[in-house]
Amino acid sequence: MKKYQSPDPFTGAREHSGCAYMNDQDDPVTMILRLKDVRKTAHNWKTFQSGAAPGRIVIPSEVNIRDTRQIPFEVDPPMHGSFRALLDPWFKRPLGNEYRAQLGQQVNALVDEVLTKGVIDAVEAFSLCLQSRALTLLLNTDASEADTWIGWGTHVFRSEDDPLDKDKAGLLYDYIDEKINAASADPEGDLYSVLLAAEVEGKKLTHEEIKGIMILTFAGGRDTVINAVTNTISYFAEHPESLTRLRNEPDIIGRAIEELIRYFAPLTQMGRVATQDSTVCEHAIKADSRVSLCWASANRDASVFESPEEVILDRKLNPHVSFGFSHHNCLGATHARQIMRVLVETLIEKVGSIDIVDFEENIEQLGEFERKVGFHRLNVHFHPR
Amino acid sequence: MANITFITQDNIPVTVHGESGSVMELAVENNVAGIDGDCGGVCSCATCHVHVAKEQFSLVGQASEIEKDMLELDDDADEYSRLCCQIDITPELDGLVLTVAGQ
Ligand code: HEM
Ligand code: HEM
Ligand code: FES
Repeated sequence: MKKYQSPDPFTGAREHSGCAYMNDQDDPVTMILRLKDVRKTAHNWKTFQSGAAPGRIVIPSEVNIRDTRQIPFEVDPPMHGSFRALLDPWFKRPLGNEYRAQLGQQVNALVDEVLTKGVIDAVEAFSLCLQSRALTLLLNTDASEADTWIGWGTHVFRSEDDPLDKDKAGLLYDYIDEKINAASADPEGDLYSVLLAAEVEGKKLTHEEIKGIMILTFAGGRDTVINAVTNTISYFAEHPESLTRLRNEPDIIGRAIEELIRYFAPLTQMGRVATQDSTVCEHAIKADSRVSLCWASANRDASVFESPEEVILDRKLNPHVSFGFSHHNCLGATHARQIMRVLVETLIEKVGSIDIVDFEENIEQLGEFERKVGFHRLNVHFHPR
Repeated sequence: MANITFITQDNIPVTVHGESGSVMELAVENNVAGIDGDCGGVCSCATCHVHVAKEQFSLVGQASEIEKDMLELDDDADEYSRLCCQIDITPELDGLVLTVAGQ
């Protein structure tokens, strides 16, 4: 097997049953595995809600480590729509020329740096730096903030012995409190200030609501982007001919990005809580129990995708759900796609080949399943063209 | 090769001329309001949803199964809905009128 590959652990369960079960802190989850069922369930917010107790729709559950409701993530329509109407324009800014140019400079500088460095860990020395620096553009905040975020390491919420560490999550909450307070004293053009000035349904946002929005841009956009970037590097390391192909056929870069995002599905699943007794693909779902929308499984559904286990760079029809589906589709997707585009454009311009020296995979344990989401460590050597 | 008219949600008609590529790309290049084309045209985002004028539907034809499955869960979809990233510009489309769907 090649090192970049992320084999689908769900094939058997998806084809035979359509659902699977996993326990998580005594709040079990019915995992929904087929593309059509995932989409239908995501669309049906009345029966499968996001606005349950804060942290409950996340797997592993975070109910024991936080009380702050994440917005718009843990809010249902119609209130959800009012928050999205406020946030959507800001999160479309990555389409602007200025934003693209600045992102281009960041990625150029980073690639130039790693090209001179010999062996580096792509997770810490590339993906984390890229993700943190790019986030300063999304928040429109000072570029030096990135150094603070990089200093937190890849595991903002985790400590060595405890995957759900309340104290470590506290670090991020305290930081955000401080930033909101600073912005209310001295508003600048950053996202904190925009939120402080904004109204939703005729009311100013509370401190707690602003915190709930900001925490999500940190949490939702961190591991996901780091995994997308690191996995992409591992793919090109083992497929240098793909770098050449994209250089010769720049028209397919957009498709290639969607395909890499489909294949790697950086967010494996997200939960919902049933508001009433229901069924999903003939499986009974009890009121107040959890289901998960398993994006990673849906993306390998052979009834929709031809050769789902292969990365086909110019895949034309690619109805993947890596960014979710329906109301809660990823607010950061424009930013994430722009990062991927600038990354691919920079790699094809500057990089001839990448060697993988050694690595440690990041494997998620989901009940009976083990899924590789990325790498804890990927030591690589970049070589110039 | 073809003149195509988009009627936006504010009821403003915009007529643009396209040579090749998909109708979604044409709309995005011309900043037609309401056509975002987030996924670049791989049928994954449904931000390129249009209603085809009924009498012109045969010009663009039926959606594929994959596209129909996407439209099925779109609250504004009807039998004349298409995702316009899945429509290639051809001379036959000259004069086509498309109404941009609601979000
Ligand atoms: C490749 C990178 C990314 C992937 C694969 C990804 C994936 C997802 C998915 C699957 C959802 C849907 C969750 C649900 O239905 O409950 C989602 C929602 C969300 N994502 Fe992302 N995400 C990425 C990057 C980002 C970034 C960079 C940000 C912001 C900095 C972000 C912020 C959000 C927010 C705020 C939501 C909630 C939207 C809502 O509830 O309306 N994501 N993301
Ligand atoms: C305050 C909000 C959040 C907190 C405190 C939080 C906390 C955590 C924790 C503790 C882990 C490690 C789990 C483990 O190792 O078993 C984790 C992993 C992860 N989280 Fe979150 N999370 C938050 C929000 C989100 C959101 C909104 C998304 C996506 C939309 C997201 C995406 C991910 C992903 C993809 C991983 C797996 C990363 C990996 O293992 O490499 N998180 N999060
Ligand atoms: S552009 Fe995404 S579905 Fe048409």
